[in-house]
Amino acid sequence: MAASRAVDLKTKLLTLFVVATNVLGNVSLSWGMKHQNAELGLSPWTYIRLIFSPWVMLGTMLLILWLLSRMTLLGWADLSYVLPVTAMGYVLTALVGRYFLGEAISYQGWAGTVLIVAGIVLVGMTPPNTTGSEPRR
Amino acid sequence: MKWPMVATIVGCTALADLLQSFEMKRHVVKVEDLRPGRLARVLAGLAHRGPLVLAVFFMAISFFAFMKLLSLADVSFAVPVTAASVVIETVLAKLVLKETVTVKRWAGACLVACGVALLAM
Repeated sequence: MAASRAVDLKTKLLTLFVVATNVLGNVSLSWGMKHQNAELGLSPWTYIRLIFSPWVMLGTMLLILWLLSRMTLLGWADLSYVLPVTAMGYVLTALVGRYFLGEAISYQGWAGTVLIVAGIVLVGMTPPNTTGSEPRR
Repeated sequence: MKWPMVATIVGCTALADLLQSFEMKRHVVKVEDLRPGRLARVLAGLAHRGPLVLAVFFMAISFFAFMKLLSLADVSFAVPVTAASVVIETVLAKLVLKETVTVKRWAGACLVACGVALLAM
């Protein structure tokens, strides 16, 4: 029991990491694309400079980390567990947009947030891995 | 032209996730593999696993189809409609990957899909 609880804890910590890299990656990409100095035209140089701008590079790096950590998580937990639980990223992205980037959330958006959180709580109550393979400690 | 793009996005995302789940469960990355000394070698190993490479290929197709969909329709259509993939992939996880999907999980997946749709509209 104690061992399986430790495995659950590691799965949950990795889930948090997956959600965090997803949200921070998207936010820093979005910030980088919105605060570019140049108009996006036809010149390839503008795009190349944009790719190497600090926020876009940070965002890309975080999204690579997101991809790799999500792959690892898919080895530790069911797909039908990972999908709903990592949807927390949608909620956090909306909240970061609201509080840091000054975007608005409608009543409908708040209702969606409540539904997502309720869904995550339900799925979170089920055991993460039902197909046998477990991360060894 | 809108709906074929939606089908491409949902289909390719589902294929990519099924392939990743299947392959990552076959050879599980262990907790001790995540230590700094081993991490680089483990990650390089992932790039040599066929199903994972194929999964990234499908993710790329899905990404470009999403870009195309954004040029055909509003974001407020594109994001909610792709939220359907949560439910579709849960069905596939049960049928193909033989996961135990309990009532709680079904309910959770449906709530999340509705929530994402509402949030994006």
